[in-house]
Amino acid sequence: MLCQACEKRQATTHIKTIVNGELREYYLCPECASKHGYGSFLGDFGLDIDKFFGSFMDTLGSGRASRRCSFCGSSFEDIAKSGKVGCAKCYEEFYEELLPSLRRIHGRTSHTGKLAGSAGTGVRIRNEINKCREELEQAIKAQEFEKAATLRDRIKELEEGMKNTASGENARRDQK
Amino acid sequence: MSDKIKKQGDISDVVISTRIRFARNLRDYPFPCRLSDEKKCRVAAIVKEAALGGHSAISERFRYIQMSELTQEEAVSLVERHLVSPEFISDRQGRGLLILDDESVSIMINEEDHIRIQVIRPNLDLEGAYDLADKIDTLFDEQLNFAFSDKLGYLTQCPTNIGTGMRASLMLHLPALRESGAMGKITASLAKLGLVIRGIYGEGTEPRGSVYQLSNQVTLGISEKEAIGNLRDIAMQLISQERSAREAMAKNITVLDNIYRSFGILQYAKLLSNDECLKHLSYLRFGVEIGIFENIDFDTINHLMIQVQPATLMKNIGKKLSPQERDQIRAELVRTALSRKQVPASRRLEN
Repeated sequence: MLCQACEKRQATTHIKTIVNGELREYYLCPECASKHGYGSFLGDFGLDIDKFFGSFMDTLGSGRASRRCSFCGSSFEDIAKSGKVGCAKCYEEFYEELLPSLRRIHGRTSHTGKLAGSAGTGVRIRNEINKCREELEQAIKAQEFEKAATLRDRIKELEEGMKNTASGENARRDQK
Repeated sequence: MSDKIKKQGDISDVVISTRIRFARNLRDYPFPCRLSDEKKCRVAAIVKEAALGGHSAISERFRYIQMSELTQEEAVSLVERHLVSPEFISDRQGRGLLILDDESVSIMINEEDHIRIQVIRPNLDLEGAYDLADKIDTLFDEQLNFAFSDKLGYLTQCPTNIGTGMRASLMLHLPALRESGAMGKITASLAKLGLVIRGIYGEGTEPRGSVYQLSNQVTLGISEKEAIGNLRDIAMQLISQERSAREAMAKNITVLDNIYRSFGILQYAKLLSNDECLKHLSYLRFGVEIGIFENIDFDTINHLMIQVQPATLMKNIGKKLSPQERDQIRAELVRTALSRKQVPASRRLEN
């Protein structure tokens, strides 16, 4: 299908939008899509089918191509074609294959933000510590040293609390 | 009114609203692209229960909507009011929506991810919107087993969202930058900074009404607070660019002519199409922004920009209308809203 904006290049981006009270769908080429602000988030991943197939072909030789996710049944080819990952487990199963794309999209490959409860014990404490650290940085920048001191103490307290929970757990595990 | 505008401190002349969106998924279910309708319904039930069954004060304020039960107008109106994405209403089977009573929070179930928490605040309020989204997310987290990895953070259907799963956006009115033809260059340079800007009214082609959405793109390897800080810093630069462009244009007779013509049309027209209306409202806002119409406030215009949208218009009237009937009611709506404001002859005119 040709791009509906320039009518010259192959359309690769599918956009859904509301115009005059009606749902409309557009098919744009990468250039026109990026001109209208739709490029950068899909462009590096969902659309870059050639590159994907490039990396896909690399894996063919090693016999990994036919491998499917044990939880949802997606193959890496499915993911590459649609730009959609099948489930949480896919990120483990196809970690190596996905990593180059993640690096292309985000520039970095490890998470530094909020932690989910499912990340394990002490998550809430770790979240709290991260929050305090950010506040501490701000307090120092603003030269609010009294506040900074309080925050520093709080972080210390939290960190000790975490050590205790961790060692407590280890102790429990040892007993088992 | 102008006092109030100045008091807001402030940047409501450029920033219309703030939005924070979190993407979350349940670990024990495949992502929506690999869910059957039946399983989607199960996910929707689980999320609904987690939100409404909670013991927090906020859970009583949520209303649950099963998307498949809405009429087309009701569904489109949700998009026009920025409560859901166009994608969300394109296939409504197995999709659910939780809305807070004041419509400042909407939670889409089974859009691209199992859960999309969205908080919208008027003007610039990144911290306020983030804090609320964070609280709601924590409430869910206590009851649901989220798909999360220590290394990659929150796991999402589209790899562009993994990590924080957070997209922070500002809706900006940038008529002067657009008029000056600078938007193309700005779009390109923002991309290098990990941000994206796009027109929000338009057909994937020309942005209408000069309303743009500026958002962060990178979600992995950057904390929520850092991402918000970056967005704010860049927005501030855009705002000052827009303001200096406005200053230069405030003396341009062609621009002034457009503004006054738009004001005239909005005040007297008997039929207004949606496109025409948005265009003139944008010029009217431009006029308010450069101090021409002192008695019109931004809230009135922001509100009108949503109320004049076709599906919202029909939803509020309560019946289906032909395009011409809509144009008539739209013109009436705008006329009434503006006639309540006494509009003084501008100082600029006297000059």
